[in-house]
Amino acid sequence: METYSFLREFADSWMLLVLFLFFVGVIFWAVRPGSNKTHRDTANIPFRNEDKPAASKEARK
Amino acid sequence: MLNYIKLIALGLITLFAMIAASYARDLAYQVHAIIIMAVSAGLFLWTLRNTDEPVPAAVLETSYMDGVIRYGVIATAFWGVVGFLAGTFIAFQLAFPVLNFEWAQGYMNFGRLRPLHTSAVIFAFGGNALIATSFYVVQRTSAARLWGGNLGWFVFWGYNLFIVLAATGYLLGGTQSKEYAEPEWYVDLWLTIVWLAYLAVFLGTIIKRKEPHIYVANWFFLSFIVTVAMLHVFNNLSIPVSIFGSKSVQVFAGVQDAMVQWWYGHNAVGFFLTAGFLGMMYYFVPKQAERPVFSYKLSIIHFWALIFLYIWAGPHHLHYTALPDWASTLGMVFSIVLWMPSWGGMINGLMTLSGAWDKLRTDPVIRMMVISLGFYGMSTFEGPMMSIRAVNSLSHYTDWTIGHVHSGALGWNGMITFGALYFLVPKLWNRQRLYSLSMVSWHFWLATIGIILYAASMWVTGIMEGLMWREVDANGFLVNSFADTVSAKFPMYVVRALGGVMYAAGGLIMCYNLWMTVKRSPAKEAAVSSTAVPAE
Repeated sequence: METYSFLREFADSWMLLVLFLFFVGVIFWAVRPGSNKTHRDTANIPFRNEDKPAASKEARK
Repeated sequence: MLNYIKLIALGLITLFAMIAASYARDLAYQVHAIIIMAVSAGLFLWTLRNTDEPVPAAVLETSYMDGVIRYGVIATAFWGVVGFLAGTFIAFQLAFPVLNFEWAQGYMNFGRLRPLHTSAVIFAFGGNALIATSFYVVQRTSAARLWGGNLGWFVFWGYNLFIVLAATGYLLGGTQSKEYAEPEWYVDLWLTIVWLAYLAVFLGTIIKRKEPHIYVANWFFLSFIVTVAMLHVFNNLSIPVSIFGSKSVQVFAGVQDAMVQWWYGHNAVGFFLTAGFLGMMYYFVPKQAERPVFSYKLSIIHFWALIFLYIWAGPHHLHYTALPDWASTLGMVFSIVLWMPSWGGMINGLMTLSGAWDKLRTDPVIRMMVISLGFYGMSTFEGPMMSIRAVNSLSHYTDWTIGHVHSGALGWNGMITFGALYFLVPKLWNRQRLYSLSMVSWHFWLATIGIILYAASMWVTGIMEGLMWREVDANGFLVNSFADTVSAKFPMYVVRALGGVMYAAGGLIMCYNLWMTVKRSPAKEAAVSSTAVPAE
């Protein structure tokens, strides 16, 4: 089979499936149970460390 | 030791640029060689003066690197005004062809100035805004100083050298005639180097972050940097005719070249003008509204949906061409699906204000950000509609396309950048507030009315032009000649140029306001000064 036909068939079958499943996985990962706390914390990142870098990972609050 | 290596390299570059200037086969290449010679000779002298001098104390990791961001803000405002004025001038050239002056033929006629205008607003104004804001946002949201030390300065100056080379090249005819990718091979190579340095600085800062999570704005900025690197390299694959000339020949030919060009072209819109600016939106809208983004989950889905879909949308630029039908249908379908994540992102931005809608009355900066989201929503509805093959058969090659691009660029990219600049200048120069809020209101209304005049006149003239082109009489002959459509468009061209005047006037007011903020606005209390770093 020529390269064009092979890539063309691969792209609209297995690759499409892999990308689609990855995307569905991302949605489930985003809404997974217990993610609320993490997301609330992450969404508040812009309101910390405005003027200077955090000294260490523990001191970031 | 490093300085000696730098001196040798700069000396060799200067020498080569001298040789190249004398052997140059065309004017654009010669002027570029002289610019490079002057820049590298200047850097040589500067490095020489600093060699074997006492080394300044190493910068502590206890402050953010804001100097380069201040320069970026100034460059954004400067290039913005240059780009707006160039655009207004070429709008008048279209309405009044006498402005294509006889004495400047071949340099300042519409064909030479148009790419100068598009690159000035997209790459000079937008690019500097993206570099400056991404450096600001990545430091604050990673709680870490910018990685790479002076590499950040290299990115800023290197990128602006690219812009100067691109702009002078267009005027002198050094162009490879690819939309949004006009610079010739050596300018492309230089941009590749600068862009990889940009990626290194950005990624390095994310890697050494103190926050456990990567804030969503950084995801958007990172996808913008990575994708633009990929697009730029593939679209500019070309073989120079001579090392001493600007002309090069594309590697791809025919429909493959067209497809690669519009894969690049549409993703320049998708990742440069959308993903990058969404990174700005996800930081500056929450900051200005003083509340976190409406839904962080939605922002994650927004990100993945946007990057999964945008990359396929390019073929809608090539309906009814030699491109296979399946490819243009694919581009059309993905463009329509793209409507959803775009509006998801718009809703996420707008709803961030829920509970703080009163700020719209009191804070003209947040008003600017909200109207930019409004224009984002409008142009991401208009775009998918225009990508439908039947609609495209009317809209393609008409001024409707130009109106669509400008409602996105002036409305979404321009307004969110103005909002970010109004937010950044008092912070970066340590001022309590902006010099004048009423000037911000003036800027807001001038820009908004300017865009409305622009978009409305382009809708009218675009649809009229499309209908005139396809009009046939009872015997099947075309009714209108091309020149008939040109003369019919004259009133709308004047209205469009007036819209441009208003938008450019708003930009000038902004520059004055920002300048006076730095000069006159009271400084913040010393206690919260970011320049005084407490000993730790």
